[in-house]
Amino acid sequence: MPNRQRRAALAITMGAVLGLAGALAAGPVLAQAALRTDLVVGMRLEPPHLDPTAGAAAAIDEVTYANLFEPLTRIDAEGKVVPGLAEKWEVSADGLTYTFHLRKGAKFHDGTDADSADVKFSLDRARGAESVNAQKGYFAAIAGVEAPDARTVVVTLSRPDGLFLFHMASGDAAIVAPESAGANKQTPVGTGPFKFERWVAGDRVVLVRNPDYDGAKPALERVTFRFISDPAAQVAALKAGDIDSFPQFDTYEALPQFRDDGAFTVMVGTTEGETILGTNNARKPFDDLRVRRAMAHAIDRKTLIDGVLFGNGAAIGSHFPPHRAGYVDLTGLYPYDPDKTKALLAEAGLPDGFETTLRLPPPIYARRSGELIAAMLAEVGIRVKVEPMEWAPWLEQVFKGKDYDLTLIAHTEPLDIDIYGRPDYYFNYRSERFNAVGAELDRTQDSAKRNALYGEQQRILAEDAVNGFLFMLPSATVQKSAVQGMWVNRPIQANDVTGVRWK
Amino acid sequence: MLAFLVRRLLTLALTAWLATLVVFAVLEAIPGDPALVMLGTSAQPEAVAALRAQMGLDRPWPVRYAGWVGGMLHGDFGTSLTYARPVAGLVADRLAITLPLAGLALLLSAGIAIPLGLFAAGRQGRAGDWAVMAFGQMGIAVPGFWFAILLILLFSVRLGWFSAGGFPGWEAGAGPALKALLLPAVALALPEAAILARITRTAALDTLREEYVRTAVAKGLPRRVVLRRHVLPNALIPVATILGLQFSFLVAGAVVVENVFTLPGLGRLLYQAIGQHDLIVVQSVVVLLAVTVVAVNALVDIACAAIDPRPRVQA
Repeated sequence: MPNRQRRAALAITMGAVLGLAGALAAGPVLAQAALRTDLVVGMRLEPPHLDPTAGAAAAIDEVTYANLFEPLTRIDAEGKVVPGLAEKWEVSADGLTYTFHLRKGAKFHDGTDADSADVKFSLDRARGAESVNAQKGYFAAIAGVEAPDARTVVVTLSRPDGLFLFHMASGDAAIVAPESAGANKQTPVGTGPFKFERWVAGDRVVLVRNPDYDGAKPALERVTFRFISDPAAQVAALKAGDIDSFPQFDTYEALPQFRDDGAFTVMVGTTEGETILGTNNARKPFDDLRVRRAMAHAIDRKTLIDGVLFGNGAAIGSHFPPHRAGYVDLTGLYPYDPDKTKALLAEAGLPDGFETTLRLPPPIYARRSGELIAAMLAEVGIRVKVEPMEWAPWLEQVFKGKDYDLTLIAHTEPLDIDIYGRPDYYFNYRSERFNAVGAELDRTQDSAKRNALYGEQQRILAEDAVNGFLFMLPSATVQKSAVQGMWVNRPIQANDVTGVRWK
Repeated sequence: MLAFLVRRLLTLALTAWLATLVVFAVLEAIPGDPALVMLGTSAQPEAVAALRAQMGLDRPWPVRYAGWVGGMLHGDFGTSLTYARPVAGLVADRLAITLPLAGLALLLSAGIAIPLGLFAAGRQGRAGDWAVMAFGQMGIAVPGFWFAILLILLFSVRLGWFSAGGFPGWEAGAGPALKALLLPAVALALPEAAILARITRTAALDTLREEYVRTAVAKGLPRRVVLRRHVLPNALIPVATILGLQFSFLVAGAVVVENVFTLPGLGRLLYQAIGQHDLIVVQSVVVLLAVTVVAVNALVDIACAAIDPRPRVQA
């Protein structure tokens, strides 16, 4: 082999190495952003299907809510109940009769009228015996649905339900048509300002503007939801300019690099996700209030929030989000105090601590929090065995089977403090006092009185130290700086893009 | 040759049947309820029960097993529990990405490895050989997913030549679709090429020691011609065997690479289906993969038998 050839090979290799280094050193290529009418939204998970009335997966609502499907009422960016398919409504004095007046000219995407018969069908379907609605409980108070004329729906309740309008604003209460309901999983037909165009399974769902929408038309003509589960791939897709906006971005450690980059805007807002150290109140030694309080004193929330969320998130002292009216700050009730923990454990007859198991579901916040909490509890003599689990076994064994000591999970449904009143829930918690306040809440419509009652419920849960109350999951959005109108906060899990525009 | 083929086919059927048994038993044994996964933490027990009935999960396991295997024999792979679509259609959509991806990776890997291996064998112990061996060592050591991330950082983020993943769909045209497959195929091919280059080199070296090669050299044939005409065909037998085995590694590697590049291929479908506890999809895809791997290995055996008559005669 002549030397010449070998030298040539060497030169080619060197050239490639230098080229690589040069390319890495060069700045990113920025696309010139003209005034666009399309938007590419990044999502971590792909929805299993697109029917919000037949599944709990948040990803279904994150594509369809407010964009494609409309419930009677809607939740806006501030978390308030605003008109949806119903433009207005009246509630009777006893809180048992709701009369909804539907928008004139509302049509489904297949061209048929969206009238009171469709509403009656949707509500009856959700509460019927064959219902596979993930939030069937939202419809439990309904005694009957009448449609006196095409634009009016009268819903009668068997008992007052203070959250009825709020629950009717959820994706699970989306109004669907009897002709198309069966096929909504693959080809959803709603009444919203966007309609379904196509779904490239595993990659993207595309919605286009509905030219026949009877309300205000959105600025965007086309919205593409792309599904990218791998954190490194999410960062790369944003940096490469493939994604315009990535809401619910949970790779918190990557936020600083986007903050430092002028091409991107980072927004950190609130969610409804109370993250708790779920505790089996029926199991020894957690049936002893002193043990639960001892554990509350052993957890340093500041370290937890810094370690898990890189500082992005608010501490909580009970099961209620700080941004909601009615919130009571109870984070000072059990200050971080390992000596206090040891004293309480000794009082409970466990001076040497005890052994227990912490079963963790897959989300990254749960895995990271679990490791930190296990270390914090080890400091005070509580020896925790950490057991990571997949979703399906977690749901089956921990959530449904209540076979656990400790677990860690964010409860993301809005205003879900009522779960502590459910008999047979996985906390195994029962308090007559809490339930009495809950019954009072159902009878109360006045918001000031409701907030006072919520405060009382929060205090009861904190005093009973039912679970370890840790932090609220933040809602981080990373997007190109020219995108305007994405929600900063997530009062419900949705990506309402009806108000989004490019500047 | 006929007896050889029949034996191969019987092995194939037996393996497929064993695969159905194993995958069904494993999925029965691990805890998890697809209806519960679908309806989540707020679901009421009666809604979960209604969905279980709708999914057919309330039937005893022998009935479900018989229904599943019987259906497959008729070409009916069942309906996905989560996507509510026929599994055959789902798998066909995904194969339209994974097969071209694996094929492209196989071509790249063979196209890189065989010339490199021959080149190294021809220069045993010299710089060119060392360079190829070093490349091989690095290719084996570097994990595919990491290499994939490096490719994205360079070609998508820095240079902006490619999207950082995703797939436009074949309806967007062959050009954009193949472009989306190119980086993943490179990421998938490199570790395989590294192994294959070493195998080719060893096989070629073994062949080089054969007397007929010495004869060819003695006849005064140029080195290039000796390598191509006498060494390559005989060194190809072990290479073809490894290439066949590598097909299974490519499919396994596709699970990881498809996730890094967000390609909606079969690997990603399987990954998502396991997470969702979509039993029907997992069962059918695993059996399909098992059959494919066995079939490819059978094809390799047949190909080897065609290249070299000895196994055929001895077996």
